[in-house]
Amino acid sequence: MQYLPVLLQVIVAIGFAAAALIFSVLLGKSGRRNPTKDSPYECGMLPIGGPQPRFAVKFYIVAMLFILFDLEVVFMYPWAVAFRDFSLKFGGSTILWSMISFIGIVTVGYAYAIKKGVLNWGRQDVEKSN
Amino acid sequence: MNFIDLLKRIPEICKTPETLPLEGKKLILDFVTWLGSLVGIAVPPWVLTLVNILVVIVAIIAVFLIMFALMSVWERKILARAQNRYGPNRVGPWGLFQPVADGIKMLTKEDIVPRNADKVVHFIAPIVMLVPALILPVLLPYGRGMVAIDLSVGILFFFAVGAGSEVAIFLAGWSSRNKYSILGAMRAIAQMISYELPLVMSAVIVALVAGTLSPTGIVEAQGGYQFGFFPNWFVFTPWGFVACVLFYFSALAESNRSPFDLPEGESELVAGHLTEYSGFKYALFFMAEYVGMFAINGLLVTLFLGGYQAPLPFLTFIPSWCWFFIKLAFLAFSLVWVRATMPRFRIDQMMQFAWKFMLPMSFAALFSAAAWHYAGRGLLGWGISAVLVAIPYFALGYFCFTRHHSADNRRYLFSE
Amino acid sequence: MTEADGAGAQTLDVSLGPQHPSTHGVFRMNVRMDGETVVKLQPVFGYLHRNHEKLAEGKSWLGSMPFTDRLDYICPITNNWGYALAVEKLAGIEVPDRAEYIRVIVGEMTRIQNHTAFLGFILGDMGAWGSALMYAFREREKILDLFEGLTGARMMANYMRFGGVRCDLPAGWLEKARAYIETYPAFLDEMEKFLTGNEILLSRLQGVGVMSAERAINGGLSGPVLRASGVDYDIRKVDGYGVYPRLKFRVPRGTVGDCFDRFMLRILEIRESIQILQQAFAQIPQGPILNPAVKTRGFKPPVGEAYGRIEGPKGELGFHLVSDGGEKPYRYHIRPPSLINLTLLEEMCVGTKIADVMVILGSIDIVLGEVDR
Repeated sequence: MQYLPVLLQVIVAIGFAAAALIFSVLLGKSGRRNPTKDSPYECGMLPIGGPQPRFAVKFYIVAMLFILFDLEVVFMYPWAVAFRDFSLKFGGSTILWSMISFIGIVTVGYAYAIKKGVLNWGRQDVEKSN
Repeated sequence: MNFIDLLKRIPEICKTPETLPLEGKKLILDFVTWLGSLVGIAVPPWVLTLVNILVVIVAIIAVFLIMFALMSVWERKILARAQNRYGPNRVGPWGLFQPVADGIKMLTKEDIVPRNADKVVHFIAPIVMLVPALILPVLLPYGRGMVAIDLSVGILFFFAVGAGSEVAIFLAGWSSRNKYSILGAMRAIAQMISYELPLVMSAVIVALVAGTLSPTGIVEAQGGYQFGFFPNWFVFTPWGFVACVLFYFSALAESNRSPFDLPEGESELVAGHLTEYSGFKYALFFMAEYVGMFAINGLLVTLFLGGYQAPLPFLTFIPSWCWFFIKLAFLAFSLVWVRATMPRFRIDQMMQFAWKFMLPMSFAALFSAAAWHYAGRGLLGWGISAVLVAIPYFALGYFCFTRHHSADNRRYLFSE
Repeated sequence: MTEADGAGAQTLDVSLGPQHPSTHGVFRMNVRMDGETVVKLQPVFGYLHRNHEKLAEGKSWLGSMPFTDRLDYICPITNNWGYALAVEKLAGIEVPDRAEYIRVIVGEMTRIQNHTAFLGFILGDMGAWGSALMYAFREREKILDLFEGLTGARMMANYMRFGGVRCDLPAGWLEKARAYIETYPAFLDEMEKFLTGNEILLSRLQGVGVMSAERAINGGLSGPVLRASGVDYDIRKVDGYGVYPRLKFRVPRGTVGDCFDRFMLRILEIRESIQILQQAFAQIPQGPILNPAVKTRGFKPPVGEAYGRIEGPKGELGFHLVSDGGEKPYRYHIRPPSLINLTLLEEMCVGTKIADVMVILGSIDIVLGEVDR
């Protein structure tokens, strides 16, 4: 029941966007189409290469790293919410040390990633591949 | 109850600006009840609940869309002033009706879809972009008791929904079958996910201190004044300042604003993922970007700048919801200011900055905040946490960025 | 993007230009990218070809003077000067002192306005969205106003004549120009402070597009691009044409040869130009502005050939002229600095990011009108 407003909001937002698009289709000009007009923009040249451009594997690596680190951060959320009450109720710094050990492990992975040059977007990697 | 009574309540409501939005909502609900009594039925409670929600949602969407329209003029005006120009001043007074003219132009433009494009995905990408952007504002508290949806996990929900725009950008770039689009989309993904980490981390820090993920709770935790005049906002603590700056940069990157506007880097990628969009689809992307920008800066206000709290005790006569929008306007101005000032980052510098500087700094700020908490949240904690963020700051600057750029290390020879 | 040419499956071929926001006109580069990194770059030009050289061979000698305005349209007056110098060399024409001083004054003002515009353009290439450009153009506009007062046109001046200049300085022009040049250093100091103090600008320019002195010489580069690589070569000093030997000025040169050096060289050259201008304002004599022996109609230089060159704002601008004694040039060839400086573009760009390509291209400072002619 708490999320009913969210659902309504989604419906309103989709309705707004779809209505605007349909409205623009109704109002918009419809010129004559021709092959040149329909070709993808490539600075006025005919596109070189295949229809679907590929992209570098580098981006997948960043995406994978992100997933790893984002999961760590998601683990931190319940910890962070509990931190204040826990430390006030029980005192001591156990809760802090547990997180420090967790982040320590993450840091090892982070250092490894840096060592492997995963985060290195500089020029060195090109010379290797050439 | 009759209609005259309802009308009479309007001036009464206007007398207390603090509660004006809430009372206004009540008035509309009473109006619905009155409509029901007019046709002789008692309005069922679920209808009232529905109307209650819809009124708020429509109001927030309307406010944000109006803000978007105003911002599009305001931004061009500020940019123009920063650049020794006048900016739009032809349509209406001070060019205020420029967005109307732009909207009509966008609506009546021809929508060109490339032949090879994935037409369905190409069509839904702007909708996918706009929907999360429009959900985000409802999660923010605009004033005392003024939050549309008071979720206990509001912050987490905010980030979860906000990540939807990354999908939309990739859909747009991928479906266009255009090289600039795909490059722009790749850049956008790499950039947005890289800056998502410091963004989310700096929110964790606030959650740790406030002990809650509810935006309202976080704002309430920043209430009151130290020594009777100094606001208890998180930005005024060392860890909060660091987290706030990290959040601000991440927000810049998340909303693809200069100097992080690499995905649309005009001088390189023409228009990035928007290259093949025209007409109102383009306008929807634009709208989503601006609404998302307002929302994420609204979250910055909520997390660090005390939300709707007044900065000084004697300024509380200005309604709380006004303070929220004043702070938001200030942030929006700063974004335009940065845009008018800064050149663009290069992609490797942008990635290095996120992964090698901002991420470790956000961890440092986390421990600094914990230390602040253990040291009793007073002046002692202030000092300790300042030291704890200063050491990593200088260490990272020294070790990670050894190639320091400076104009002074260059020598120029002159021959007579 | 075929695997057949051994480039691997990851690369992506993109054509940047001719219709691209930051190729300074209709320049095109076929770029092969590995991710964001450039592995191959092939410049393609000729989209603005206007048959300049052949047209000039069909016109009278003086008739192609207005065409030279359109070569490097940012600084037309130095183009006029280069052509006039070549013809004067061919026909052995003396130029009166006053005309030489006027040439130096307008030539150095052209250099200042070109370099000022450059400061704005390169910031635009870095994505600074026009702020620097607007201020640079404000200052450039003031110089163009002075040109308008002198020649009647802001840009397409058509000002030089064989053996002098077209018209004398109008009354009060010299004072106006002097007063403006006095205010210019304040603007330049402010601009330099704001630009070189910006960390993003430094990190975008330093270490990007490094060109060694040896390669720069072998590639035939000239102008600020060559001097940024540390080569001390300025035609104003080497040839000593005009009255430059009478004026005291220094030739700055860089030590690293990257985009930042090229950027700074422009600022330093503006400062030297201001020195030259101040001396020229003080020294300019009275006298005729045109050699009366030169015929305007039916001008026929003797049979022979000559190569006249000047240090244009962008580099060595040379005109190679062959005369068969007729009213038209037999052969008319231009050595455009922009074109020759472009030849090493690929060498500078390979291994950099796609965003750097635009900055490197901007730091060479080309004008397509001159590249394609």
